[in-house]
Amino acid sequence: MSAFAASRFTGAGLGCVRGERIVFQGLSFEVAGGTALTLIGPNGAGKSSLLRLMAGLLAPAAGKLLWNGAPVADDPDAHRARLRWLGHGDGIKPGLSALENAAFWAALAGAPGEAALGALQRMGLGPLAETPARFLSQGQRRRLALTRLLLGGAALWLLDEPTVGLDAGSVAVVEALLADHCRAGGMVVLATHVPIAVPAGQVLELTPAAVPPPSHSPSPSP
Amino acid sequence: MVMHRFANPARFLRFAAVALPWFSAAAVLCMAAGLAFGLFVSPADYQQGETVRIMYVHVPSAWMAMFAYTVVAGGSISALVWKHPLGEIVARAAAPIGTGFTLVCLVTGALWGKPMWGAWWVWDARLTSVLVLFFLYLGYMALLGAFDDPVRGGRAASILAIVGLVNVPIIKWSVDWWNTLHQPASVARMDGPAIHSSMLVPLLLMAAGFACYFAAVLLLRVRAEVAARRIRTLRLAAMEAES
Amino acid sequence: MNAFRAILVRDLRLALRQGGDAAAVVLFFVLAASLFPFGVGPEPNLLARVAAGVIWVTALLAVMLGLDRLFLADHEDGSLEGMVASPAPMLVIVLAKCLAQWLLSGLPLVLATPILAIFLQLPAEGLPALLGALLLGTPTLVLVGAIGAALVLGARRGGVLLALLVLPLTVPVLIFGVAAADAAIAGLPARPHLLVLGAMLLAALAAAPFAAAAALRQAVE
Repeated sequence: MSAFAASRFTGAGLGCVRGERIVFQGLSFEVAGGTALTLIGPNGAGKSSLLRLMAGLLAPAAGKLLWNGAPVADDPDAHRARLRWLGHGDGIKPGLSALENAAFWAALAGAPGEAALGALQRMGLGPLAETPARFLSQGQRRRLALTRLLLGGAALWLLDEPTVGLDAGSVAVVEALLADHCRAGGMVVLATHVPIAVPAGQVLELTPAAVPPPSHSPSPSP
Repeated sequence: MVMHRFANPARFLRFAAVALPWFSAAAVLCMAAGLAFGLFVSPADYQQGETVRIMYVHVPSAWMAMFAYTVVAGGSISALVWKHPLGEIVARAAAPIGTGFTLVCLVTGALWGKPMWGAWWVWDARLTSVLVLFFLYLGYMALLGAFDDPVRGGRAASILAIVGLVNVPIIKWSVDWWNTLHQPASVARMDGPAIHSSMLVPLLLMAAGFACYFAAVLLLRVRAEVAARRIRTLRLAAMEAES
Repeated sequence: MNAFRAILVRDLRLALRQGGDAAAVVLFFVLAASLFPFGVGPEPNLLARVAAGVIWVTALLAVMLGLDRLFLADHEDGSLEGMVASPAPMLVIVLAKCLAQWLLSGLPLVLATPILAIFLQLPAEGLPALLGALLLGTPTLVLVGAIGAALVLGARRGGVLLALLVLPLTVPVLIFGVAAADAAIAGLPARPHLLVLGAMLLAALAAAPFAAAAALRQAVE
C-alpha cells in the first residue's frame, strides 16, 4: 500500500549557471514514485546545483522541472510542501535540545509537534531527546538532521551527501530509511561520493562539463 | 539557451558605436559654450557677486546626480524583473559617474557656501539630501564589490538600488521638513526664485553638456564591461576546450 | 501561523539561553550615550537640549550592532536554506525573525531609555513622547535593517557594510523620532510626529519583508 500518490518528477533540458560559469546544460532526468535517483560525478560537476534546482533554491537558467507533467515553477508553494531538503549544513542549533531542534523543523514542515519525538526515536535518538545538541557527536548530529525527512510526510527527499560523517551502523540506518520511503511510494534524489545502497535506484552521472584544469582553476566548486 | 546570458549584445554595441562620437562632441561643445557664457557673458549677481557662477557647475551636477541614480535603479529593476542582461551592466556603469556628479555637487556647494554663509558646510536641505544620496551611492558600490562572485554582488546591489529608490523621496521629504524646522526661512536659496535668462542660457547649456558627458561615459563603460564579460567567457571556453 | 511561532520561539529561546546578546546591546546603548556628557560637557541645559537626539542616534547604532547576526547564524549552519526550502512562506520567516530581533534588541532599548533620560537631563515632558517614538521607530529600523542584513550575507566585511547600507535609509526615522520628543518638550503636540512614525512602520511592514525575502533567496542560491 503506497502512502504517496503515484507521481513523477522530471526535468527537461535543464541548464545551470553559477557565477558566470555554465555548470551543466541540456540535462534531463526522471524519477517515479517508489524509486531513487543517485547523482554521482566529480566535484564541480553540478550534483549540488542540480539538487538545489530541484529544491527550488536555485532557478534554472534553461529548461523546466515538472511534477506529474505540470511545471513546478507555476506553483512553487505546492512544490516546497512536497519536498524535504537536506544540504551540507545540519541546521542544528547547539543551544537547543535534540527534541527542540526536531520540533522546530516539524513546525516549519507543518507537522504536529508530537511527530518530532517519534521521528527522533526512529533515528535512534529517543534517549537523547532532552540532550542539548552541543553534546551530540558528529554522527548523532547528522542523524538529528535526518529526522527532518520524517516530519510532515513529504514525497520527495533531496539529499546532498546524507552520509557524510556517519559510521557504518548509521549508514545502515539511513539506507533503511531510504528503503522504507521508497517502499511507501516516495522518491529520493541524493548526491553522494560514497556508495549508498538505494532501492530501485537509477544513477545519473554528471560529467564535469566546465571544470577548468586544476593548475589554474579560479572558480570554487559549488 | 544558457548562452544568452553571455550573448554579445550586438544591437547595443552598434548603437554605442554610432552614438558615442555624437555624445562626446555634444558634451564638449555644450560645456565649452556654457562655460564661456557663464564666465564671461552672464552678469554677476547683485547679491552674490561673482560666486554665483559656481551655480553653472553646481546645479547641473545636482540634477545629474539624481538622474544617474534613477538610471542605476532603472537598470536594476530591468535586471531583476525582466532579467535583461544589459540592465545590471548599465546600473553598474552608471553608479561611479553618478557618485562623481554627487561629489562635484557637494564640493561646489561647500565652495559656494563659504562666501555666502561664511561656513564651508551648512545643513541646507538640498545639500543634506545630496549628502544622503552620496552615501546611498557609496553603499551601492561597496555592496557591488563585496562578494567573490560578481553575479551575486550585482544582484544584491540591484535590490539595494531599488530599496534606495523607494526611500529617496521619503528621505528628501523628511530632510526638507527637518530643515524648515531648524533653519530660519530667510537663508538664501541657492537658486533664486526667479532666474534671469542671461543666467538660464549658460545653466541649460551646462546641463545639456553634463547630460551628454554622462551618456558618453556610460556608453564607454558599458562597452568596456561587455567586452570584459566576453573575455571571461572566452577564457572559460578555452579552459574547457583544454581540459 | 505555526511556522511564525516556531521561528519566534526558537530565536528567543536561543538568545535567552546563550544570554549576553540582548544585554550587550543595552549595555552598548547606555554606555555610548553616557559618553556624550564627557564630549560636550556636563552643563545641564546643553545636555537637556541634545538628550533626545543623543538617545535616538545611540539607539540607532545599538540596533545596527545586533542586526548583522540576524540571518548570519542561520546562513552559516544551513538552517536558512532549510527554511527557504520549507513550505513556510518567506514573508512569514522574515517577519518572525524581525519580531524576535526587535524583542531582543529594540524593546530593551526602549526600556533602558528612562535611565538615559535621567543621565542626560531630558526634560520630563519629553519622555513619554520619546518612548512612544522609540516604540514606533525601532521596529522600522529592524525591518529596514533586515533588508541590509540579508543583502550582506556572504559578503566580506559584512558588519561595517551593513551600517553603510542601512544608516542612510534610517534618516527619516531619526528626524521624526527626535522631532516628537522636541515637540513635547516645547509644549507642542507630539502626535503628528508619532503618526508619521506609525505610517513609516506600516510602510516598512508592508514593503521591507518583500525586499528582505528577495535578498535571502539570492543569498541561498
